[in-house]
Amino acid sequence: MSRLQVVSGKGGTGKTTVAAALALALATEGKRALLVEVEGRQGIAQLFETEALPYEERKIAVAPGGGEVFALAIDPELALLDYLQMFYKLGGAGRALKKLGAIDFATTIAPGLRDVLLTGKACEAVRRKDKRGRFVYDYVVMDAPPTGRIARFLNVNDEVAGLAKIGPIHNQAQAVMRVLKSAETAVHLVTLLEEMPVQETVDGIAELRTAKLPVGRLIVNMVRPAILDEADLDLTRDASRAAIAKSLSAAGLGGARRGGGAERLVGPLLTQADEYAERYALEREQRAELQELDLPLHELPLLAEGMDLAGLYELATELRQQGIS
Amino acid sequence: MSLDPARILDIDPLLDDPKTRIVVCCGAGGVGKTTTAAALGLRAAERGRKVVVLTIDPARRLAQSMGIDALDNTPRRVKGIDDSAGGELHAMMLDMKRTFDEIVEAHADRERADAILGNPFYQSLSAGFAGTQEYMAMEKLGQLRARDEWDLIVVDTPPSRSALDFLDAPKRLGSFLDGRLIRLLTAPAKLGGRAGMKFLNVGMSMMTGTLGKLLGGQLLKDVQTFVAAMDTTFGGFRTRADATYKLLQAPGTAFLVVAAPERDALREAAYFVERLAAEDMPLAGLVLNRVHGSGAAQLSAERALAAAENLALAAAPSAAENLAEARIVDQEDGKAGLRNSPDTYGSSESPASQPAVPEALAPDAGSPAADRINAEGAGTARTIDQLTADLLRLHAERMQLLSREQRTRDRFAALHPEVAVTEVAALPGDVHDLVGLRDIGDRLADGASPTRAE
Repeated sequence: MSRLQVVSGKGGTGKTTVAAALALALATEGKRALLVEVEGRQGIAQLFETEALPYEERKIAVAPGGGEVFALAIDPELALLDYLQMFYKLGGAGRALKKLGAIDFATTIAPGLRDVLLTGKACEAVRRKDKRGRFVYDYVVMDAPPTGRIARFLNVNDEVAGLAKIGPIHNQAQAVMRVLKSAETAVHLVTLLEEMPVQETVDGIAELRTAKLPVGRLIVNMVRPAILDEADLDLTRDASRAAIAKSLSAAGLGGARRGGGAERLVGPLLTQADEYAERYALEREQRAELQELDLPLHELPLLAEGMDLAGLYELATELRQQGIS
Repeated sequence: MSLDPARILDIDPLLDDPKTRIVVCCGAGGVGKTTTAAALGLRAAERGRKVVVLTIDPARRLAQSMGIDALDNTPRRVKGIDDSAGGELHAMMLDMKRTFDEIVEAHADRERADAILGNPFYQSLSAGFAGTQEYMAMEKLGQLRARDEWDLIVVDTPPSRSALDFLDAPKRLGSFLDGRLIRLLTAPAKLGGRAGMKFLNVGMSMMTGTLGKLLGGQLLKDVQTFVAAMDTTFGGFRTRADATYKLLQAPGTAFLVVAAPERDALREAAYFVERLAAEDMPLAGLVLNRVHGSGAAQLSAERALAAAENLALAAAPSAAENLAEARIVDQEDGKAGLRNSPDTYGSSESPASQPAVPEALAPDAGSPAADRINAEGAGTARTIDQLTADLLRLHAERMQLLSREQRTRDRFAALHPEVAVTEVAALPGDVHDLVGLRDIGDRLADGASPTRAE
């Protein structure tokens, strides 16, 4: 299985959450996963309810079953200084560059360079081995930029090709692309069963495929529970309100006669059922559209209690049960 | 339980006030910013104002319904609006590369413009740099404002990495392109050859050397040519960024922070509120989209679940299912009162103690079709009690959602009691036509919490 797992998704679909759950799911017994953040939002720290992450790999969780999850928030400026240090031994000069704004220039403005640094750092973690020649991390999970930007972000080679035709950045980009386009990498897209996220997912996959980047899985997040089925929905259209009122009354919710406690519930409950039916139909359409993409499709439930650390472990378990690790 | 914000944000006076010239919708991604901007624009236009909506990345069908799916970077008049109040609606979708190109074309002579447009550094910068979209959105806003053809400009903001980018990126790009480093880099190019060398001390040459090594000499040269060409052709980027910035602080501008009642979205909203205050940007209030309500809020999740459980217990065993049918027949016969007492259903024993009425299973045994439907394929009869139990479970889910939303809103309200709020009830589907936008507009103007609409 791919050792670099890239997770993207439209804003609001919960890609950070899914990336974190995936890291937990992959860190089965004795394994180590590194969860990498590239957008400087400190979303991982918030999710794991810890202090802001420094530019340093640190253990943030023990996965169910005993694997370990490490996290790293990649800071492009520090990654560049790192890089300069590694290749040019430029400790002090690096600081001078920073003072002059050169680092800011290189990471913020020089297009593509920032992305090369971010993906480069992740690829380095993928390839890193310990003294005994074993991979330090079994998996690297990247919480990547959103679907609309993912192909361009990963396709750093094209980004810098027109700019840096030779030199270390060029070489770095080449090396990064070798990892990103190989079977070592899988790009997963997180979506919701809503029109815009699904549309973006479809577009994003087309872009990834054009760029020859390996598409992994589709993960539908925050799936609301199926409470009413077809039979229920059929019945709501035909059932008499009086009969439902009686049933509610029988369940101990007040009188079934006009104005009674149970009778007053019927209208609102049926309205909610109508809203449910409309959403249900929309979701079915969206699900069908996703199925046409012919990729492994996973669904994660919307957590009734909202997203917290316990919920994250729940999602990780769910992903494992769905055979993602 | 109710939010009771210190103030309810009243949208209509804001839209109607001729002094309101710019409304900026900002907030995290995926909260409905674009839809909100379009709905506000439509509402203002139908209330008599001449409006232009600047959208960044609208859903395809929404763009089509407004007639702006063609990406040509110019405002188009939206057809089909109610113009009886004398208003007009125009809309456009931002093309950031085109906007950047236009700046160049407007400020450079033909030859120079071609040189810039063909420069690889420029091409990357205009298409790829993460801050360009933000910068160009603000640039376009400045241009639209300068044309002064509209009374009101409604702006959607780019789906940024974080809400703050939209304020920071123009400044960053501006200060960078005008900055010390660029001056140093371009000095030799501008002054040329030996003269330029005088300005370079050892540190600088080391720096350009390092950058050259790192980026490759060609890139550095491209940057130098680009900046030199830009610099001599039109005023500094920083000046332009500053002008846009001042425009945002001006009294005719109103910021609306858009959010959904979810933890992350409201956290971003809170950051934004704080940031706007720090930058002296005028915040009109918070638009809270996708708020859920219930017409049956008097029934708690717990009670609904308990009641559903009662019904399920009564209906669970297959024998009891038959009985449920019998019961309904009884009720239809007018004996409902006797059998409907809660304790009949409170115990799973009671159905078994009742006589079975097999003939009730026959489709035409007198049970009205309305009371009993066979689920096709599943082969199981769905009784009214089962349906009711499911309706109650659905309600419980809704009430849990409501209380979760309430908690996140309360947290925000506690942090920022000064912020006026308008709530927009969640819709089951997406909006892609003017009718849908108008509906959102009504909800925006209504403002009251759907949870309190009892």
